[in-house]
Amino acid sequence: MKRFSLVLAAAGLIGLSAAMPAAKAAEQLNPPRYGWSFAGMFGMYDRAQLQRGFQVYKEVCASCHSVSLLSFRNLSQPGGPEIPAAQVAQIAADWQHKVREIGDDGQPAERAPRASDRIPGPFANIKAAEAANGGKAPPDLTLMPKARSYERGFPWFIIDMFTLYQEHGADYVKAFLTGYEQGHETPPGTHYNKYFPGNFVGMPNMLQPDQVTYSDGTPQTVQQYAADVTAFLMWAAEPHMEQRKRIGFQVLLFLLVFAGLTYFTKKKVWKDVHA
Amino acid sequence: MQGHSHYVPKTGIGKWFDARLPLPRLVYDSFIAYPVPKNLNYFWTFGGILSVMLVAQIITGVVLAMHYTAHVDLAFNSIEKIMRDVNYGWMIRYLHANGASMFFVAVYVHMLRGLYYGSYKAPREILWILGVIIYLLMMATAFMGYVLPWGQMSLWGAVVITNLFSAIPVVGPTIVEFLWGGYSVDNPTLNRFFSLHYLLPFMIAGVVALHVWALHVTGQNNPTGVEVKDIKKDTVPFTPYATIKDAFGIICFFILFAWFAFFQPNYLGHAVNYVPGDPLVTPAHIVPEWYFLPFYAILRAITFDINLIVFVIPSKLGGVLAMFAAIAVLAFLPWLDTSKVKSTAYRPLHKQFFWAFVVVCVMLGWLGSKPAEYPYTVLSLIFTGLYFAYFLLVLPLLGLFETPKALPASIADAVLEQERKKGGAPVTAGANAAPQTKG
Ligand code: HEC
Ligand code: HEM
Repeated sequence: MKRFSLVLAAAGLIGLSAAMPAAKAAEQLNPPRYGWSFAGMFGMYDRAQLQRGFQVYKEVCASCHSVSLLSFRNLSQPGGPEIPAAQVAQIAADWQHKVREIGDDGQPAERAPRASDRIPGPFANIKAAEAANGGKAPPDLTLMPKARSYERGFPWFIIDMFTLYQEHGADYVKAFLTGYEQGHETPPGTHYNKYFPGNFVGMPNMLQPDQVTYSDGTPQTVQQYAADVTAFLMWAAEPHMEQRKRIGFQVLLFLLVFAGLTYFTKKKVWKDVHA
Repeated sequence: MQGHSHYVPKTGIGKWFDARLPLPRLVYDSFIAYPVPKNLNYFWTFGGILSVMLVAQIITGVVLAMHYTAHVDLAFNSIEKIMRDVNYGWMIRYLHANGASMFFVAVYVHMLRGLYYGSYKAPREILWILGVIIYLLMMATAFMGYVLPWGQMSLWGAVVITNLFSAIPVVGPTIVEFLWGGYSVDNPTLNRFFSLHYLLPFMIAGVVALHVWALHVTGQNNPTGVEVKDIKKDTVPFTPYATIKDAFGIICFFILFAWFAFFQPNYLGHAVNYVPGDPLVTPAHIVPEWYFLPFYAILRAITFDINLIVFVIPSKLGGVLAMFAAIAVLAFLPWLDTSKVKSTAYRPLHKQFFWAFVVVCVMLGWLGSKPAEYPYTVLSLIFTGLYFAYFLLVLPLLGLFETPKALPASIADAVLEQERKKGGAPVTAGANAAPQTKG
């Protein structure tokens, strides 16, 4: 049959497409999948993990990266790390960077942030960020896990639609943070990272075991730090995810019941038509 | 199919109104008494689904516009403000962004339904052409909407697509400057795109009204492709029959919509569009949204100059012409298809070519997502050829050579025949219209 041969040809071509990314994998590794608490239809953030992640961000990443879309007050908001408001006010007051503004005398001035302020970043502007990092400004991290992805290829991208795998970005960020390798030749000012596209990245390996002291007894390993800070960044990128999934579930339930009722009404209305 | 109106106003006010502005009569005739073929399948609910989606896009869009700022320095963060600080802003935005994709899912099913059942043939040519115009307007709307968040893909998508117009001889560069409002994609471009993105959906609504008007003049086609012969036997009134069936179709479609909007709202988008637009950094791959991919493949398939002896079409212009021709050819479908039989259910050969065409479109979509390099460019060229061959060779010739199956005498006959095959309850009341058995 003509149709069959065409379908076969199509299948062959799709097979070809599946083989292509495999050939490219040599230059860039796909990140491994990690068991995120926020994955899947019912997945929610792990509050303790978000709090630890914020601690890692504060103690390690904040010296280079901003999270400019977050305000301190967000940290106590439902669906996030839910740090008590009083504690958040203290975190803001003690923050390592100041709010930069124009003072009453018209001169640039600085003041300690309040809970209602956006979290101030380390650099006054992009030029300062570039100058301090060998010409490569550290990107803002607020949307990072949503702003990175990797190609899944056929047939995975179709299967993902049903299994709801969408943590590509989080998997990448975690893999990136733990993907540094020694002993490679790199251009000056760069470091070898097996997950970074092109492998030579301006950011040095920032995570060491026992670098951040957790108060809840969680193992102080590089893997754990990377997972925690990535979970925190995922929340920063998608702060209303828990509400979204909860409402989505109610919407689906309603629609399913409504569809059922409509279906049986339709059957009843149409019953006498064919006779 | 309109026939003459059977509307009888019941109240005094109703009579008074009817004599002055027969709006209730129009609604009654169009959505209550309007006769629909009784054998329509669920593919006929997609028109209703599309109408609901258009209204949903306009409602969510108007709310987004209340919070959105059309300025290159502010647009990206204004979207993020909607996502973070506006009450349920994330929901409005995800419904709007995924709604656009669902709109295209529905329109592609709707169009393929038309293609399969020959709904573009006489007397429905105008109805079909109005549909092609709606499709064009939808593409323009979605393209300009995608530019609004001003992420990397927004910006660079706008750069690539507006640059296409520069391929037009003589006036091209002027058109491009006019689109840009300057010498590059910049703030004036964003502003005019926002303005037009707000305008076009209402123009779509206007063309939809004409589309429905044309539909109500000719009546609906149906899975047999045999026109209605006897209103009493072949049709049922729109309400309650079509109303309840459409409602069921729409609710099922909403389940699909909710699955994306609430559980994987970024699946259909591009991660790099969460990076603010930067005119100095080109993204590694510039890819349009999924619903444009087949046309993007056709655009990039022409990688060589076409020498027509008298003049040469440069490759870029060739690609642009091919892409627009791929859409324009749809408008000529009523005259390209020479078969007298409408429904593909009775055209055994066309059935195969139809599914082959669907595969060609899927392959073009896949190729559109690949970088413009060997072997994808060659494959794109082959599949572009197959795409046009379907319209320009297969459809004109098939009508001349194909032997169609025998058609049922009427819609009522076809329905009875189907009931009998199902082996359901013995046909009782309708038995007087005994099915004619045909070879
Ligand atoms: C010493 C400064 C510095 C510190 C501390 C730092 N980074 Fe970076 N980071 C950079 C620079 C510079 C880049 C840009 C690298 C490039 O593009 O080559 C970067 C890039 C990144 C990227 C983007 C990679 C990509 O795919 O483009 C991520 C994600 C990231 N950093 C996460 C973190 C996290 C999480 C921490 C804390 C654990 C951290 N960084 C600490 C300097 C730093
Ligand atoms: C035919 C109907 C429509 C289609 C197909 C459509 C399509 C789109 C698309 C694809 C986007 C980009 C979404 C994103 O990535 O964020 C978008 C954004 C937007 N649209 Fe529409 N749209 C339609 C109607 C409208 C209407 C009627 C309005 C306003 C009156 C509107 C206002 C907006 C605004 C403000 C944005 C930017 C916000 C955002 O990016 O989420 N849209 N639209």
